[in-house]
Amino acid sequence: MLSRRSVLAGLLSTLPRVAQAQSVTDATGRVLAIPANVTRVFPAGPPAAIMLYTLAPDLLIGWPRANRLEEREYLLPDIGSRPEIGRITGRGNTANLEMLLALKPDLILDIGSTSRTYVTLAERVQEQTGIPYALLDGRFEATAASYRKLGELTRHEMQGKEFASYTTRTLDTIMQRIANVAPDKRPRVYFARGPRGLETGLGGSINVETIELLARNVAGERKGGLATVSIEQVLVWNPDVIITIDRDFASNVKGDPAWKGGTAVQEGRVHLAPKLPFGWIDFPPSVNRLIGLWWLAKILYPERFPEDIRAIARDFYARFYHVTPTDAQMDAVLEGRG
Amino acid sequence: MMPRSALPGTLIAIAVLVAGFAAAFLIGRFPVSIGDIIAVLWSKVADGAADVPAATEAVILQVRGPRVIAAFLVGAALAVAGTAFQGLFRNPLVSPDILGASSGAALGAVLGIYFSLGVLSIQIFAFIGGLVAVTAVYLIGSAIRTRDPVLVLVLAGVVIGALLGAGVGLVKYLADPYNQLPAMTFWLLGSLAAANVSDLVPLFGPVLLGSVVLLALRHRMNVMSLPEEEARALGVPTGALRVAIVAAATLVTSASVATAGIIGWVGLVVPHLARSLVGPDFARLLPVSAILGGGFLLFIDTIARSVAQVEVPLGILTAVIGTPFFIWLLASVSKTWS
Repeated sequence: MLSRRSVLAGLLSTLPRVAQAQSVTDATGRVLAIPANVTRVFPAGPPAAIMLYTLAPDLLIGWPRANRLEEREYLLPDIGSRPEIGRITGRGNTANLEMLLALKPDLILDIGSTSRTYVTLAERVQEQTGIPYALLDGRFEATAASYRKLGELTRHEMQGKEFASYTTRTLDTIMQRIANVAPDKRPRVYFARGPRGLETGLGGSINVETIELLARNVAGERKGGLATVSIEQVLVWNPDVIITIDRDFASNVKGDPAWKGGTAVQEGRVHLAPKLPFGWIDFPPSVNRLIGLWWLAKILYPERFPEDIRAIARDFYARFYHVTPTDAQMDAVLEGRG
Repeated sequence: MMPRSALPGTLIAIAVLVAGFAAAFLIGRFPVSIGDIIAVLWSKVADGAADVPAATEAVILQVRGPRVIAAFLVGAALAVAGTAFQGLFRNPLVSPDILGASSGAALGAVLGIYFSLGVLSIQIFAFIGGLVAVTAVYLIGSAIRTRDPVLVLVLAGVVIGALLGAGVGLVKYLADPYNQLPAMTFWLLGSLAAANVSDLVPLFGPVLLGSVVLLALRHRMNVMSLPEEEARALGVPTGALRVAIVAAATLVTSASVATAGIIGWVGLVVPHLARSLVGPDFARLLPVSAILGGGFLLFIDTIARSVAQVEVPLGILTAVIGTPFFIWLLASVSKTWS
């Protein structure tokens, strides 16, 4: 029941916020008036939800898609179980704007493409709802910059800078160690998605960003997004290594006579990427790929990366996911369960 | 004895099929020579080892071979079903999906992908979806008693097809945009990229059964092109015949769509082409349609897997090639229809 006093209190509480609103520029150069006290953020899609969870978990109103039980094991219990609120980005919105308004977010956060389409979408939603809508760059190489921006937007500058420097450190360390491997000496990798492993990311697609950073993507000659290829084409490419995110494919490919002619299968170089609580390679494409980069570097250049991936992963989970997995949990992750 | 006039047309169809098989076996991303093929096939007959690299043998026996056979079966099945339906409905614009087999299979398949099932289960879902859709259409058609049962059947097919299309849209909308949605999109565009030996059994059985039934009924089908009363007067049980044709055509269509996804146009265009070669008598039309349909899809699939590193979706190729072809056909041979 609304009493006159509570209405008044409510009004008063909003006043100083507006007064102290600060201007922050998002990644597309749009100037946003951010309330002084950001306590509720609506993530427009999975990459935004993940990045926000890592930086300031308590601000996350809910998830674009509810986390499964096995995913929640690797997240803060009260936050990992927050409700499904749909998404308002990309192909079709599953959340509607009235529901969004009912959730009363201080900020809408979208991380991904900063193309004209998404800028206009952001502007339209912001106009309709009056809630500032920030758009950050979701490319892997923009991770550090996006963390700094997100720190500014959510008033968690310190934490944002810390994550940005962790990101830069990780990237620098890994890239320096392989800097003297000539581009044409780097392993040739095929990225396999789908139960038959015949969906792959073409050159420059968001799905293969970490792979293309460290190795040669065999499907990278042509630029684009996801595409289907035939086994024949994969055999012609004859990749040194196959990275997959599909468990069915990973377990079947070794016994599949059609694939056995390829070097990667013969030499046992088919690797299933971990995916708990979020995929390490591209599923969904967010900061979860930072630990994926380590994993990938160790697979591609084992002699240059002698570190124990468990230690690095556990440290990453503690910093970014705010949980410290047990040995058994870490095993499950590294086996690609989930 | 085949009438003289049909002989050249039949020979042309057989020539198309032989050329289709030759092209399909010899052209592809992986280099395979005639010598390799003969060596591998001979080694199977002579029970020895072929003197070719393991990868070449795998391509011939496990990749291209099964795919070529699958392309032939799917093309033949769709053409036979299209011919049967065009005769049954006395309408040249009818294709195998007129009674909702494709939309039912599509809904089954996207549901299978949505629930993250394995490939075989997705195919079973698609197959069952096709059968259920056509059964529903048939029950609606039989429940509504009118003087024109065929028209009611077509209308029921249209509305059920639209409803199932909406169902497909809903599942795509709810799907995860990073993994499931691309898989659904690729599936709905039709492809044989993933066809392998284990696909041939579930494809071959229903296609063979349905085709044998249709071929057995080929003489009686001529009567179906007469008005209902005349057919009855000739002592043909039109109701039972209709059920048999619908059941057999649905069986082959559902099996094809379950294996290869949605491939339009073959079932519409090929029957017309066959009719222009051998005339409207089903006794000749049906087998020639099968031969021509198989040959046609062999050529289309050879293009789909050869022109680029990535697969060109079959549904797109058949539409791009089928549309101008159909217009030409309409203009040049419209007089032979009747």
